[in-house]
Amino acid sequence: MKIVVTVKQVPDPNSNLTLEGDNTISRDKEAVLDPGDECGVEEGLQLKEAHGGEVVLVSMGPERAKDAIRKGLSMGADRGVLVADPQLAGADALLTARVLAAAIKQESPDLVICATESYDGSTGMVPPMLAELLGFPQLTFAKKVEVDGPTIKIHRQTADGYQIVEAPAPVLVTVTAAIAEPRYASLKGIMAARSKEIKQVALGDLGVERSEPAETIGAVVDAETRKAGEVIEDDGTAVDKIVQVLAAAKVL
Amino acid sequence: MASILVYAELSEGKLASTSLELMARARELGDVYAVALGAGAKNAASTLGKHGAKVVHVNEDAAYDDYIAEPATDALAALYEKEKPDAILFGFTPDSREVAGRLAARLGVGLIANAGDISAEDGGFVAKVPYFGGSKLASMKANARPAIVLIRPKSFEASESGGTAEVKQLETPVAEASKRAHIAERVVEASEKVKLEDARVVISGGRGMGGPQNFPLLEDLAGALGGAVGASRAVVDAGWVPYSMQVGQTGKSVRPGVYIAVGISGAMQHTVGMKTSKIIIAINKDAEAPIMKMADLGVVGDALKIVPALTAAVKKKKHG
Ligand SMILES: Cc1cc2nc3c(=O)[nH]c(=O)nc-3n(C[C@H](O)[C@H](O)[C@H](O)COP(=O)(O)OP(=O)(O)OC[C@H]3O[C@@H](n4cnc5c(N)ncnc54)[C@H](O)[C@@H]3O)c2cc1C
Ligand SMILES: Nc1ncnc2c1ncn2[C@@H]1O[C@H](COP(=O)(O)O)[C@@H](O)[C@H]1O
Repeated sequence: MKIVVTVKQVPDPNSNLTLEGDNTISRDKEAVLDPGDECGVEEGLQLKEAHGGEVVLVSMGPERAKDAIRKGLSMGADRGVLVADPQLAGADALLTARVLAAAIKQESPDLVICATESYDGSTGMVPPMLAELLGFPQLTFAKKVEVDGPTIKIHRQTADGYQIVEAPAPVLVTVTAAIAEPRYASLKGIMAARSKEIKQVALGDLGVERSEPAETIGAVVDAETRKAGEVIEDDGTAVDKIVQVLAAAKVL
Repeated sequence: MASILVYAELSEGKLASTSLELMARARELGDVYAVALGAGAKNAASTLGKHGAKVVHVNEDAAYDDYIAEPATDALAALYEKEKPDAILFGFTPDSREVAGRLAARLGVGLIANAGDISAEDGGFVAKVPYFGGSKLASMKANARPAIVLIRPKSFEASESGGTAEVKQLETPVAEASKRAHIAERVVEASEKVKLEDARVVISGGRGMGGPQNFPLLEDLAGALGGAVGASRAVVDAGWVPYSMQVGQTGKSVRPGVYIAVGISGAMQHTVGMKTSKIIIAINKDAEAPIMKMADLGVVGDALKIVPALTAAVKKKKHG
């Protein structure tokens, strides 16, 4: 089974973001493999271990996004493809999906794994667009993936439980963080990753042209925030204070 | 007059409350049309009419309920070709965003997601989208036609405007080729006593609760107050509690009279789902936690001590 996992490099969740003068989020921070995609890589590896095949990592980003791919390779993925092109700076979800679709088509996978949403974009719009452009059905919010011959079956997390959803391969699956605990890369894995192939391609190689972004960012203002109220230390009277607030709000 | 198409989300025959919230704003943007697909579509159409839809396009084919995204995408694409609405509005919910994503890619127009508001400006549409970790709000002008905009639940207050929609049968049959991602079985795990979305009081626990073994402390308090228990994503991901309890951007949006955040730091992705609560009380051992900066009452202390004491005090007040 040929598995493609999309991997995105994102600013380190543990570092603070800063804004540039033109209201774009500055990219010179520590960057890491998206924690959600790490779970995707883990799931891809487990499926490969169970069913054989190959795990290919595909990413769109600046050249240094190779580090994110390298991280996945050190966990055990076979090889990587990076689409890097200065024209892609500030790409919106549709352009991202078009680029990823073009790169993924060249791999003819049976299964594409994405995270439900990315850490920084965090709107989860790339995967359904990608599924559409690939012409694949989408199995989403998976907390479990099973391969049953030509059928891929998932447990799809819902508000009150889950659904069992199945579709014939090739399919695109989005996984939640509950799918699998990402493994640590072993020293051997890190060494092996150094010699694994990361193919770098540009927009022209894929026959994709930059499209107009869906939106133009206008004014950026400070979000309305709730005013801080009273903050008290729990010196033994805090419970009485909470009871007063509950009573004033007429819920008690 | 701009024409606005609202995607009315149905789940097992029930109209999502978000769809009616969208109607309230859509009415201010132009002439409103809606589309409702699957079981219950006709019933939904009469409700949508009361909320301002002039026309509701319906089709009750079971395939819309049984297959993910593709049949609905086909229906919307066909409807778009026929009616050419200026904007198509979706709720930013798990089910709607899948349809919206496919549709935007098929029409080649892109979309604006996670919006908190939308307005008509200079013959186009401008959405307000949280930006930069939620500390900023960006005005984003939609460049394409149709403008596809996904709006977060609870952004508007639903209200009836009176009226009756003309119900039009959507004639296009569901293509066999789109019946692929099949929902073979539905498993219900959570049987909530009080529905989180409707509760007057919500008590949510985060990582600061220390472990799943301490969640019954929150259940006890919720029981005493007649409220419901929610959670942060950190503890859902850790498997302490089911996803049905998650509050926030990728969980539920709530707007109770009182929201009590216990051992929750207050990350933007959490607060986006609860910040419109009337009163917010935070219990956290860290006085610097972001949640303290938005709480009406912040209590600095150990949740595991305060919560049981509070439950006892609530019971005493009720019965004494
Ligand atoms: C794309 C995306 C979507 C997301 N969607 C959501 C979402 O829908 N909902 C959501 O909640 N999160 C969401 N998150 C995660 C979010 O960013 C935070 O990581 C999460 O909300 C943190 O959960 P927490 O507050 O429980 O944990 P932490 O941030 O670890 O905070 C724990 C808090 O408990 C306090 N504490 C510790 N011990 C005690 C004690 N004994 N008594 C009192 N206080 C104590 C600490 O001071 C701390 O403030 C999302 C993240 C991403 C990237
Ligand atoms: N630039 C990218 N390169 C590779 N994968 C991506 C990229 N953008 C989004 N994805 C994939 O789509 C998922 C959801 O992203 P988003 O739609 O931005 O929330 C990510 O977790 C990735 O798996």
